[in-house]
Amino acid sequence: MASATDTAELPVVAAAATLPTDDPHPETDGHRWGMVIDADKCTGCQACVVACQSENNLALNEENRVIERRAKTWIRIERYWEGEWPNAKARFLPVLCQHCGNAPCETVCPVWATYHNPDGLNVQVYNRCIGTRFCANACPYSVRYFNFWEPEWPSPMDRQLNPDVTVRTKGIVEKCTFCIHRINRTKRQADRDGRPVADGEVEPACVQACPTTALVFGDLNDSDSKVSELSHSKRAYSLLDSLGTAPAITYLKKVDPSHVGEEEAGH
Amino acid sequence: MQEPVTVDRETANRELLDFVFAWPKWFFATTGLLGAVITLGLIIFLLLMIFGLQLFGYAHPVYWGFPVVNFVFWIGVSHAGIMVSAILRLAQAEWRRPVTRAAEVLTIFSLMTAMTFPIIHSGRPWRTLYWEFPYDWMRGIWPNPRSPLVWDPAAIFTYLTSTVMFVYIALLPDLALARDRVKNPIGKAVYGVLSLGFRGTTRQWRIQAIAGILLSALILPIFVSVHSIVSWDFAVTIIPGWHNTVFAPYFVIGAVHSGVSAVVTVMIVMRYAFGLKNFITKDHIDSLARLLIIVATVWLFFFMLDFMFGLYGTEPAEVDTWQRRLMEPPWTAIAIIFIITGYIIPVGLWLFRRVRRNFFLMFVTTVLVNIGMWLERYMIVIPGLERKSNLTFQYGDYLPSAAEFGIIAAQLALVIAGFLVFSKLLPIMPAADIKEGQILRDEIKVGRARVPATMREA
Repeated sequence: MASATDTAELPVVAAAATLPTDDPHPETDGHRWGMVIDADKCTGCQACVVACQSENNLALNEENRVIERRAKTWIRIERYWEGEWPNAKARFLPVLCQHCGNAPCETVCPVWATYHNPDGLNVQVYNRCIGTRFCANACPYSVRYFNFWEPEWPSPMDRQLNPDVTVRTKGIVEKCTFCIHRINRTKRQADRDGRPVADGEVEPACVQACPTTALVFGDLNDSDSKVSELSHSKRAYSLLDSLGTAPAITYLKKVDPSHVGEEEAGH
Repeated sequence: MQEPVTVDRETANRELLDFVFAWPKWFFATTGLLGAVITLGLIIFLLLMIFGLQLFGYAHPVYWGFPVVNFVFWIGVSHAGIMVSAILRLAQAEWRRPVTRAAEVLTIFSLMTAMTFPIIHSGRPWRTLYWEFPYDWMRGIWPNPRSPLVWDPAAIFTYLTSTVMFVYIALLPDLALARDRVKNPIGKAVYGVLSLGFRGTTRQWRIQAIAGILLSALILPIFVSVHSIVSWDFAVTIIPGWHNTVFAPYFVIGAVHSGVSAVVTVMIVMRYAFGLKNFITKDHIDSLARLLIIVATVWLFFFMLDFMFGLYGTEPAEVDTWQRRLMEPPWTAIAIIFIITGYIIPVGLWLFRRVRRNFFLMFVTTVLVNIGMWLERYMIVIPGLERKSNLTFQYGDYLPSAAEFGIIAAQLALVIAGFLVFSKLLPIMPAADIKEGQILRDEIKVGRARVPATMREA
């Protein structure tokens, strides 16, 4: 169980003792955006990847860029084998920025180009980034990508750029934003209407595109939200939990009793 | 045990300043060649500004490579300066005298070279200086004090400033000597201004000596801090192989190992290039080699501690990194070469007095040490990044590109050229210091006894 997501329900006495994985950034805005990824539901169809590419103005990952390992995919599907042949099962793990409460990337940036915003998001200020790539090194999930080139799109794909998202120049690091432009748009709209943001009103592109609803997005501070409820599931775990990064993303996976103890280091 | 330098003061003055006033042909040839290599480096830097870091071998998830390895390496070499001049000065090790300035000058130029690496390897070099330093008071935009990349410039600039002061104060009497002896009127004017009116009065000597001793003591904390901070570039992260508390002392002692070895290499080259046979003797190299045996052994101990702590934590990623470093090609080969060249061959040979007093062998072994130490830094920086966590889909290998090799060659040329030009324009041998050492050894006859002519104050 990911303790970061527990804090909302901890009794007062327990909350006073700070757990190492507690979110060290008390949010001022009332939101703490988080995601639940159901690995049991994920079919590895890559719809989220495509949706993210086009939503966030990511340049095309041509073949040789993938071979060079310089392709950028803010969300990616990792495929792992579970069990031994012939009873092997393919397991798909969508990995994106975990928006850690204790983000290893934030402390190492010399210029505050990445920091924790009041919504609990780990944000990247492109304009400040000088490209030390220290954050990309420090990230244990390897979800920070460096821009080796000026992004280019062959015509007519350059016409489909999302006007809400900055096109990033070469020489800086970028990563998943939880579609912060969508979050902000929804928040502004809710402000204008004089109502709180409803659960499920904000959907990042990957969540919207997921055909099996394996991805769920919402406010972890809202104890009634679907994401809060799911993150307390018995199947819940955090990726690389032992590092104490307090991710905002909870993964769900049923542990097959026959495989318990087989791969301790898997998560 | 040590035979004193038996040169009278006039010869000492002449020989020590010889290279400053002479213009040998090889000087032009060498600086020309080094200049060509540096120009190549500048061209690569220009290309980097235009095309970006795609020219380097970085690829997901290894975002640091040769430049960072070299940064650590050159900072390490720079540690010779403090070790030799401050610590040995405070320890009153007499044999240090001819070595001090060369070590300090090596420090200055290797530090300045090391400082270029973070700028070269950042994605937007033109912004690095702009953002890294808190000059923009108005907008309240500050660097992030939690980042080791902010501690780095602070430590390195402190080191550079204090070393320059240290060198300059020790240089004053020699500059005055050069001023008095140079024939060329322009040279006379320049040395005259630089020597700050040093005439050798008792008061001037006293101030100069006190300043030197004070700086030696004040510089000591920097000795510990600079490479500790460089090590924290790695140790404060959670990358396996980097995340290690022993890194600070391990890096410091490794720095002394490679730095003092580099000083020995430089001294031997100077002895032949600048004709300093009377001043750089077998005794000096012998003493440095004996110092190096201890330093190298302590360094090996820390390396083993690093290894031991890596395994003792039984953290899978950390253990995997060590397995990869020692057991998997190509890292096995690198590990073997590094331990053989960094420790086994040099220290094994230095145990023999005959080797310690052989200039050629000492030259070879100290160069070997620095090859080994470079590989050690390579082994520290890269493998952890290649296998950062258990997300096996993010495994990737680092392959340096031609541009990175070019930059490295240019940086090596930059250090050598800086050293060479310094020794051409300013006295590289501390003439005043050497003569002081001779005076301290003078003896007079009182009746039948021979007693020291001078007494050291406290």
